[in-house]
Amino acid sequence: MSELNDEISTVPAVAVDEIDLSESYTPISPLEIARIAWEGVMRNKIRSLLTMLGVIIGVAAVIIMVAISAGTEATIADQIEGLGSNLVFIQGGIARRGAGGGGDTPTLIYDDVALLGGITGVAGTAVEQTSAQTVKSEQATLTEVSLVGTTPDFPSVRDVDLAQGRFFHQQELDRKSKLAVLGHSAAVALFGESDPIGQSITVGTTRLTIIGVAAERGVVGNTDFDSLIYTPITLLFDRFVPAQFARVVGNRVRIIYVELDETADMEHVITQMQLRLAGAKDVAVEELPFSIQSQNDIIETQGATTEAFRNLLAWVAGVSLLVGGIGIMNIMLVSVTERTREIGIRQSVGATPNDIRLQFLTEAVLLSLVGGLLGVLTGVGGAILFGETSEMRTVIVPESILLAFGSAAAVGIFFGFFPANIAAQLDPIDALRHE
Amino acid sequence: MGSIIEIRELRKTYGMGDIQVHALAGVDVTIQSGEFVAVMGPSGSGKSTLMNIIGCLDRPTSGQYYLAGIDVSQLDKPQLARIRNQQLGFIFQSFNLLARTSALDNVLLPLIYQRPSPLSMAERRDKGMAALEAVGLAERAHHEPNEMSGGQRQRVAIARALVNDPVLIMADEPTGNLDTRTGKEIMGLLHDLHGRGRTIVMVTHEPHIARQTERTITLVDGEIRADGQVVLSEEGWG
Repeated sequence: MSELNDEISTVPAVAVDEIDLSESYTPISPLEIARIAWEGVMRNKIRSLLTMLGVIIGVAAVIIMVAISAGTEATIADQIEGLGSNLVFIQGGIARRGAGGGGDTPTLIYDDVALLGGITGVAGTAVEQTSAQTVKSEQATLTEVSLVGTTPDFPSVRDVDLAQGRFFHQQELDRKSKLAVLGHSAAVALFGESDPIGQSITVGTTRLTIIGVAAERGVVGNTDFDSLIYTPITLLFDRFVPAQFARVVGNRVRIIYVELDETADMEHVITQMQLRLAGAKDVAVEELPFSIQSQNDIIETQGATTEAFRNLLAWVAGVSLLVGGIGIMNIMLVSVTERTREIGIRQSVGATPNDIRLQFLTEAVLLSLVGGLLGVLTGVGGAILFGETSEMRTVIVPESILLAFGSAAAVGIFFGFFPANIAAQLDPIDALRHE
Repeated sequence: MGSIIEIRELRKTYGMGDIQVHALAGVDVTIQSGEFVAVMGPSGSGKSTLMNIIGCLDRPTSGQYYLAGIDVSQLDKPQLARIRNQQLGFIFQSFNLLARTSALDNVLLPLIYQRPSPLSMAERRDKGMAALEAVGLAERAHHEPNEMSGGQRQRVAIARALVNDPVLIMADEPTGNLDTRTGKEIMGLLHDLHGRGRTIVMVTHEPHIARQTERTITLVDGEIRADGQVVLSEEGWG
């Protein structure tokens, strides 16, 4: 029955005295641990995948949600950019209630524009008053059209390009010339395919000659630029806005746009404007009932809103990442129970508690890293897909990838500790007997 | 050759407070290098406890246990793990191989936990293959346990017990899960190891297996009832 190979025929040389027991605490090499952990993960691929699922979803959720909120922010930023650069908006504020009644409340009037034009740093001004009118051409009738009375600088101040023809000049403004410039969709609605230049429209009883058509612009903020019809504001005051008190208080305007030089100090210019307006209205600066907003103010307001939105999304995503981590812990705990026998075997051949702890901890970290990586791929892919298939825009933020991936790793380490400690503290005898 | 195991007044007590179970009630054993010893006894006799302590899986409540000259009775968990790693080889009734892991990787397991500096991968593979060859399973090195018969699995376990050149091989009912013919093969391997100078301590409850060894220790109620060539029948346990 002698089957044994000769290689192990001799009694081992017992060099007991050479065993340095202090070496018992030396951990085995990290590479070895990583290899053991990797084998552990690969030995049960389905379980590993299920364990990672929570992290995959968590990481993907962070990336997609941040991409959606960044996309929304970018859309809003684009819209604000569309308002025109270096622009200051002056609008008549809400009339204050007081003993003096409405008549005492200063209003924004056309003559105020002249006050502002002279301030150093102001590149141009435009003014706007709107009236809803029924407009007729030979072919069509449009109701409730916004007839915008404005000044010649309007196209440059508000970044409106002309597709055809021209805008009106200062001279024409002064003469209250009966001219109109059509927004793109207004032109199509009134004249269809035919060339509107030189044709006329009737507003009320007044015939206006078309001298230009604005290029397509779309909706910016709340305004559909393409449906507007522009006309000299002087004509608007004369014909289309009832102004019983105009001779006393002046012609009311809805908004004054002030475009600044690139180099102008916005704060300084705004202060100058406030001083002049307050002087003209004979009130203190702080009592001016006008809202003076720069584009930056609007961006900040919108920014605060989107930041709150983004924070909310980040919290939701963070919670899902946390849940993913708890998922890892759960399955690792089950795994420790399921693999009690394996732990016992490893202990019987010389694995120390620390070896076992490191193995399970490394497995948890490995699962969350691989899960994190898969989550990044899913998240980036999902964000791109979402952006292309839905109305919403998505912008992938690199920081969100780092953040999500880092959190996944941290979650893995944190939630890996508990199961790893349980595994390390198993008694080898019990572990070996475990069925 | 000198003694490999020296056990003096070994006691193991379980339980707290008033109810105490004396699994081992003062055991003295000396086992010489190269002996093949069977340990028998009814369940609850303390033989498992004795095996666990000899196998450095457990610590005694009191008494001394010298394994190859080292007093291991007072070592802590990591130190015991290191002793198991370097001095002991285990063969279990239920084989205790890692599932979904090749025979070779199972055999290599003890070498992974060697410290301070383990062998290189190539050196390990050579040692593992040599151990598998020794038990006649070299050509099955890359098969997993579930592709093997019980006898083959136990051979893999024996190869694993040999791979680190232990001073002592612990066999816990090594033929308990095998049919008679395969059991004989495995016993043949153990006899062969013994014939070549290995020290083996084997737990068994089968008298005919115990009779194959030169010395049988019978434990009853935590004490040694018989020690020598005589194998007590079950009636003798009482």
